[in-house]
Amino acid sequence: MSRIGVYVCHCGENIAGAVDVEEVRKYAETLPGVVVARDYLFMCSDPGQELIKQDIRDGLVDRVVVAACTPRTHEPIFRKAVENGGLNKYFFEMANIRDQDSWPHWHDREGATAKAKKLVASAVAKVALLEPLEDRYVDVTRSSLVIGGGVAGMFAALDLANMGYKVYLVEKNPSIGGNMAKLDKTFPTNDCSACILTPIMVQVGTHPNIELLTYSEVESVEGSIGNFKVKVRKKQTYVDWDRCTGCGDCVEACPARVPNEFNEGMDKRKAIYIEFPQAVPKRAVLDIEHCINCAKRAIGTEPRIHSKTGEPILAPCEKACKTGACDRSKPYNPDGEIMELSVGTIIVATGYKVMDKTPFKEYSPQSPNVITAMQLERILSATGPTEGELRRPSDGEKPRTIVFISCVGSRDKNHHTYCSKVCCMYMLKEARLIKEKYPNINIYIFFIDVRTAGKDFEEYYNYCRGLGIKMIRGRVGAVDELAGDRLRVRAYDVDLGVPVELEADLVVLATAIEPAPGLEELGRKLGITCGSEGFMKELHTKLYPVETPVKGIYIAGCAQGPKDIPESVSQARAASSAAAVPLAMGRVLVEPLISEVDQEKCSGCGICVPLCPYLAISMVEYREKPLSRINEALCAGCGVCAAACPSGAITLHGYTSAQIHAQIEALTAGIGGGANV
Amino acid sequence: MSDWRPNIVVFACNWCTYQGADLAGSLRCDYPSTVNIIRVPCSGRVEPEFIVAALKNGADGVFIGGCHPGDCHYREGNHRAIRRFILLKRVLTSMGVEPERVRLEWISGSEGKRFAKVMKEFNETIMALGPNPIGRDGNGR
Repeated sequence: MSRIGVYVCHCGENIAGAVDVEEVRKYAETLPGVVVARDYLFMCSDPGQELIKQDIRDGLVDRVVVAACTPRTHEPIFRKAVENGGLNKYFFEMANIRDQDSWPHWHDREGATAKAKKLVASAVAKVALLEPLEDRYVDVTRSSLVIGGGVAGMFAALDLANMGYKVYLVEKNPSIGGNMAKLDKTFPTNDCSACILTPIMVQVGTHPNIELLTYSEVESVEGSIGNFKVKVRKKQTYVDWDRCTGCGDCVEACPARVPNEFNEGMDKRKAIYIEFPQAVPKRAVLDIEHCINCAKRAIGTEPRIHSKTGEPILAPCEKACKTGACDRSKPYNPDGEIMELSVGTIIVATGYKVMDKTPFKEYSPQSPNVITAMQLERILSATGPTEGELRRPSDGEKPRTIVFISCVGSRDKNHHTYCSKVCCMYMLKEARLIKEKYPNINIYIFFIDVRTAGKDFEEYYNYCRGLGIKMIRGRVGAVDELAGDRLRVRAYDVDLGVPVELEADLVVLATAIEPAPGLEELGRKLGITCGSEGFMKELHTKLYPVETPVKGIYIAGCAQGPKDIPESVSQARAASSAAAVPLAMGRVLVEPLISEVDQEKCSGCGICVPLCPYLAISMVEYREKPLSRINEALCAGCGVCAAACPSGAITLHGYTSAQIHAQIEALTAGIGGGANV
Repeated sequence: MSDWRPNIVVFACNWCTYQGADLAGSLRCDYPSTVNIIRVPCSGRVEPEFIVAALKNGADGVFIGGCHPGDCHYREGNHRAIRRFILLKRVLTSMGVEPERVRLEWISGSEGKRFAKVMKEFNETIMALGPNPIGRDGNGR
């Protein structure tokens, strides 16, 4: 008979506030196999863990149940304590009486206490049947993949590369730089964004340990921590990047015009284009969807020969290219090229996208003078459509009155309930940049709350107010188009309690930050679910902010939620240090919670073979009979085979049928409901 | 009978519904304390025998929580779960168990509020059905 010790945690008041801990402890003493039941204020603290270790060392207990919080965060901690006490660490089970009991049943003390008893009984029933297991270790591929080449991805990649690890940096656009490359200045110091970003881009582009895979996307991810196999699709550029020098001659020559994504659609780029002047790598890409096949030079066809001169008739881009990088006769594969990478860890830094103005019908999105803040950012930027001249889109006139509207799509139950966090500051920044340059322009900012929490942010806000930027508390109800390309802004001033009406030349919408398109799909490939707002969820908000539920995959930047540049960089550097740990260790622990076939019981029916999602089961000759066998290197421990085996020959260690049946028994003992236990 | 409280057994996938239940707790979303969770690595681990055993032992409702289709941590364990579940429901019906007593839902790790809501609903369903007819002490309850 096993000697079980039960340790009930108060978690300060978190458990004890809703559960009668003493009653649970006393009840635990009555359970079969339990030799000692103790309680302590914080079981996970050093003295708490010491209670467990001492009982093990004294030979009092050989199996341990801790009734406390969730095993998702604390099981590793207690397993370590059990191991340090001298037991096999798999002789341990947790009863989740906080997250799944005291917290949700806070106002039902009787019910919560009864449930705690049941959960303890369930854990005791299981722990009695646990078996000792040995940890496995696998070697780690000492390289990392960073998905997303914005400021977060670049810093994550640089840190890992500087530590000496090989890094693959995948970026879906032709150049790294991300959204930060579009910004004019950055708060709270008004640093020129390009001046601080472009040197970093160059460092990333030239680092010997970083392999840049731009214009590429992650296709599939297999494997687990230490050994991920990643397929990356390098999209077809239709330009030979080994020959392209980024001179831009082909761009000049191209006659096809397309709305320019980098300038938020406010001007045109060519079908063959370099994403922006400071692009890294500075290479041209042919956007095949918008190529008009001028000169009738479809890709992969031989040029026609001029009837008089006998010269081949080339497309303008080919003609302009001095290096032969634009060669339309090559049989390019439209699907691009698939690269297979082996990496030990992965960092997701896919960034954000700003919401478009079109859903906000009340703000006259059809007017060219109603723009998003990101569009204003491009107007203010020296590399933007107006080369930094403040001109309104409709007629190029300098605006005299500008109105900013905050929380457009944020803190709004019709769109996103979250706060996009950076809008207050970027509106103030844009307003300040304009006001400093043109003090005579009237600037109004309509806000719900001004949120300037951050180092030096409040000072920035006060300074802006001192410049004469007018702040009005109240939601804007409507923006109407007036004659002369002007706009009427109708709002309600909450502080004065009166309606306000203003005429403006330019209305700037601080639209919400949204997850980058395709994040959810990427999450599927990685096995990470996104929250209801579409951002990736970290493992634990406070303790494991860059880890994800999938070991070996980390998150940084706006993929996790809206944040500003300093926060994105901090998080990126945190993620790189977390992602470096397995690489530095060289090997990682793999829990031995996998399935095994008892060949004495196996009938050889083969039902399990096609069920395994990992193709880990095969039929192998054993005593002249084909019987199933599980490759333990491939098994991930889902237990699908164990559930399906008609002979009961498959055991999933850690979740055996006998253990789960014992838990069912324990939870249904004393029928009639929790209160009657 | 008026103070009768059902006994509900939940098999929760460690990667989604178990996390969702934790999240319901940290968000302090109330749901009935009649809900007792058994942690399993995957909804695909749940043997039909577990559900039958729980019902035979007198559980008034059995719930299986797995990852949304396409989100399975083990690629397709949840597909296995639903196939088994549909078949099992037919068997249970022929045994005289109301089909509403067993329920399978996809609840992700970020759906804490939804976990609480679904548990409330399920508890109400079971309350309306009353005690499980095939429980081991059908007479002496």
